[in-house]
Amino acid sequence: MAITSIRFDETPRILRLLSLADDCLILGHRTSEWTGRAPTLEEELALANIALDLIGQARSLYQATGLDEDSLAYLRDPPQFRNALIAELPNGDFAFTIARLFLVSAASDLTWRAAASSDDPDVAAIAAKAEKEIAYHVRYAAEWLIRLGDGTEESHRRAQEAIDTLWPYTGEITDDRVAWSAIVDPILTRATLTRPVDGWMQSGGRSGRHTEHLGRLLAEMQILPRSYPGATW
Amino acid sequence: MYSQALNTRETDTSTDADSSRFQARIDAEERIEPNDWMPDAYRRTLIRQISQHAHSEIVGMLPEGNWITRAPSLRRKAALLAKVQDEGGHGLYLYAAAETLGVAREELVDQLLSGRAKYSSIFNYPTLSWADIGAIGWLVDGAAIMNQIPLCRCSFGPYARAMIRVCKEESFHQRQGYEIMVTLAGGTEEQKAMAQDALDRWWWPCLMMFGPPDGDSSHSDTSMRWKIKRFTNDALRQKFVDATVPQGHRLGLSFPDPDLRFDESTGHWRFGAIDWSEFKRVLAGDGPCNRERLAARRRAHAEGAWVRDAAQAYAAKQRKVA
Repeated sequence: MAITSIRFDETPRILRLLSLADDCLILGHRTSEWTGRAPTLEEELALANIALDLIGQARSLYQATGLDEDSLAYLRDPPQFRNALIAELPNGDFAFTIARLFLVSAASDLTWRAAASSDDPDVAAIAAKAEKEIAYHVRYAAEWLIRLGDGTEESHRRAQEAIDTLWPYTGEITDDRVAWSAIVDPILTRATLTRPVDGWMQSGGRSGRHTEHLGRLLAEMQILPRSYPGATW
Repeated sequence: MYSQALNTRETDTSTDADSSRFQARIDAEERIEPNDWMPDAYRRTLIRQISQHAHSEIVGMLPEGNWITRAPSLRRKAALLAKVQDEGGHGLYLYAAAETLGVAREELVDQLLSGRAKYSSIFNYPTLSWADIGAIGWLVDGAAIMNQIPLCRCSFGPYARAMIRVCKEESFHQRQGYEIMVTLAGGTEEQKAMAQDALDRWWWPCLMMFGPPDGDSSHSDTSMRWKIKRFTNDALRQKFVDATVPQGHRLGLSFPDPDLRFDESTGHWRFGAIDWSEFKRVLAGDGPCNRERLAARRRAHAEGAWVRDAAQAYAAKQRKVA
């Protein structure tokens, strides 16, 4: 019988790499769902680009574990995924997608900047490349958040709703909330959006306890390798 | 907008002398540029052809986009996403090339969404398995390249130049698609069956991509004279069949055409009769996915309206501040 789920030794290094990689893969996957649906052709290209960056980062990080990248992506069950919950939430409207991309990228920007001087040479090398990509994601998402927040009444309402809905999911994306706020707050102000009060925060992604949405996402993503065990593609 | 302002047309005061000068430039293989004098019919033909081409790229993102979230490996997922993104990029250049002729992208998109403009009928067929992603790259992009390589020498400069980059990318896509087919054909029994089924479904629609037989093609003669088109539909179709059949045989697959045979005397692969009634039906709107494809484009456009409005409103506020 071919193997349909994988088991491996979850060392602290592997868990750390997986939490970074899974954030990238799951958010990249969500972003790729915009293909063919974006509000303009230019946004179609930009979102595909961002999804490609994220999937590329995920691949480098999976490879750095020394395990097989596809087994990690396609043969793990939901509780083995270590991504932050915010990454797996469904896309919602363009405001939700942009707001999430902004909040997450602001955190990733900090993570990658710190990782660039990591003792782990693999992580440092990946960070050097990823940091440049994420800087663009932050800029892209921030510019759109400002346009939406300070655009029409409708876009303002949608952007504020998105920020409010996402806020309780921002607790597990960064260890340095002060530095994160220093990136996020000025953009919210320029976007004429109100920063929600920090209250109770959702968590669980890093320990494998996810929302209802990850199972469905993985069911779709993993269907071929799960249906045809042992096949190469 | 910028490109249109350049091309504001005067009332038509053209003479026979203009027409013969224009044809002489074409005959001398000179490129026609946006601000050069050109017959209205030349302009109309190019707007129709370039915009149909752009629409095809955009609608073509849908059948392949259908498999991005289910691509079976991370390498395949990244490659497919990049490929679909390339198609969006082609759409963008091509709309820009059409705009040099004095028409706005918005107007062209409106023609697509209202059903007045056509796009390649091939995208009205569904992608039912992963092998379809291989088959589209190998066959659909292969057929597209046959059509498009000669367009790199099209008499209209902006179109010819856009096609150079488009063709480079398409040829990469074609190889990528064939490589998927090679992997499947050399894989498990299920994978081989998937590859064969995809070839069975895509083969005939791909032959139809070259358009009606030469005798029935309504735009061919003038387009050839103007060097927008350099080979006839039938000549390109034959070229495609000759190139593709040996590739399919190398995969160990069979073509769904009992009349397919190699003609020693001419060196060409002879193929059976194409069902042109299917082609006409799909072109007229009754293909498996026509309604779905158009509905998907309309939905994306409608759902994006508030975003485009927001961007305009924000830009207007910025202008006021400045």
